[in-house]
Amino acid sequence: MTTPIAAPPAPPSGALPTIDRASARAFAEEFITPVADVYDRAGAVPEEIQERIGERGLWAPFLPTRHGGRDLDMVTLGAVHEEMGRACSSVRSLLTVHTMLAWALMRWGSAEQIERWAPDVATGRVRGAFCLSEPGAGSDAAGIGTNVRPHKGGWLLNGRKKWITGGSRADLYLVFARNESSIVALLVPRTAPGVGVTPIDDMLGTRASLIAEIDFTDVELGPDALLGPSSFASGMVLSGTLDLGRYSVACGSVGIIQACLEACAHYTTHRTVGGSRLRDLALIRAKLSDMVTDVRAARLLCERAGELKDAEDPATLMATWVAKYFASTAAARHSSEAVQVHGANGMSTDYPVARLYRDAKVMEIIEGSNEIQRITIADEAFREVAQ
Amino acid sequence: MSVTTENPAVPAVPPTEIADRIHGFVRARFPQVEIAPNQDIFAMGFINSLFAMELVMFIEKTFGRSVPNDELRIDNFRTVEAMAGLVGRLRLAVSDS
Ligand SMILES: Cc1cc2nc3c(=O)[nH]c(=O)nc-3n(C[C@H](O)[C@H](O)[C@H](O)COP(=O)(O)OP(=O)(O)OC[C@H]3O[C@@H](n4cnc5c(N)ncnc54)[C@H](O)[C@@H]3O)c2cc1C
Repeated sequence: MTTPIAAPPAPPSGALPTIDRASARAFAEEFITPVADVYDRAGAVPEEIQERIGERGLWAPFLPTRHGGRDLDMVTLGAVHEEMGRACSSVRSLLTVHTMLAWALMRWGSAEQIERWAPDVATGRVRGAFCLSEPGAGSDAAGIGTNVRPHKGGWLLNGRKKWITGGSRADLYLVFARNESSIVALLVPRTAPGVGVTPIDDMLGTRASLIAEIDFTDVELGPDALLGPSSFASGMVLSGTLDLGRYSVACGSVGIIQACLEACAHYTTHRTVGGSRLRDLALIRAKLSDMVTDVRAARLLCERAGELKDAEDPATLMATWVAKYFASTAAARHSSEAVQVHGANGMSTDYPVARLYRDAKVMEIIEGSNEIQRITIADEAFREVAQ
Repeated sequence: MSVTTENPAVPAVPPTEIADRIHGFVRARFPQVEIAPNQDIFAMGFINSLFAMELVMFIEKTFGRSVPNDELRIDNFRTVEAMAGLVGRLRLAVSDS
């Protein structure tokens, strides 16, 4: 079952193209879906498509218009990321990390930092990446070893980040580093002397998302590299940035389930076994009915989290954890079933479900793994319920 | 340095209600314990970065003032009274500017 999407009306001449679910789907159908498997095999989203994303204003449309954005609300942003996830999780991953940097800049940046970076971040002329994980620290963010210390009126950064989505291509890194007792956020241009980029190839999933390891060796930064507070509140920069990333991944996971559903509906209509169409077999129908139910439930959870973000309601943080946990686990389950429904064909590169299956697994690990999500959600349960 | 901005769409909360609203939010998040307005919630071990973020979002949404980076100091968030003091200062900062 495909979500009915009305064809977007042509924009008036000279007007900026509309950004909504329908236009995002039309864009993805034209430029991304037909070649997503090609990107996956090549291991890279080509530069040309990244530029097209910029032309459509999709890199950071939630930024204010005065800084080059489109003031897009979070619910619609979620729908756009869902549509990108339906087409290609690697593209959606690039949008996710760029979104994280753009949001952190807008939320925590000084007027000078916003003026310097926001216009280029809004258009995607400057691409962002989010650098938290390290060879020795992922879930345990407090365990990072990358460090920054005051130096010649600015900062000196040393350390190594790993698994950085978009890292091979990004121009600006949002780097989290240890400074005395707190973890602070820094804006680090790729061109700064001492920054080294090593692409990581052949990942299981989101293979085209330009993942890299980034080394920082005696990187000298100005005082304006620090983003947000350096006090106890610096953890909030990380929490808030991860919240947006989690929201994007949750929405992208909804897109994966939707793509599985559509692939299965199509395949089972055309494939026959023992004289019956697959779609007429009860066990197959059960799988599709579960996909329909979960994609709708996951979409509603994402929309709720987006509405709470638009209302600036603090309840959005937990709503986003719940949405991401539900959507990512459902995506992993249903993409596995989608491969099952396709039989041997599902294991081949002739059908998109193998890619969806590999990409869905990633969603259970990034922006807070399943285990960390369950821990956080359970903590909330105990906090909420009086004992 | 970031500055305080005002959201004119948010109705003004009377000064006498500021501490009550903050107290209500903190109590609702931890219904299993009694928290006094002058009690150090950090010392009680409740604060993690998720709750700290929720607190800042609550203050910004309820009182229509953004909290500038230089006011994000631990002492401003230790107690309900300290948070109410912060809100009072932010209101003055906007009306002065
Ligand atoms: C495709 C991809 C893209 C990524 N992109 C980025 C990026 O752009 N930027 C970035 O900073 N990072 C990125 N990451 C890294 C990602 O955020 C981490 O992989 C993730 O946080 C998990 O950390 P880890 O891999 O070190 O696993 P670990 O933290 O070592 O965990 C290993 C296992 O133990 C479990 N575990 C951990 N702690 C607990 C606990 N307390 N109780 C129970 N179980 C626990 C975990 O859930 C996991 O299953 C990416 C990863 C992938 C795979």
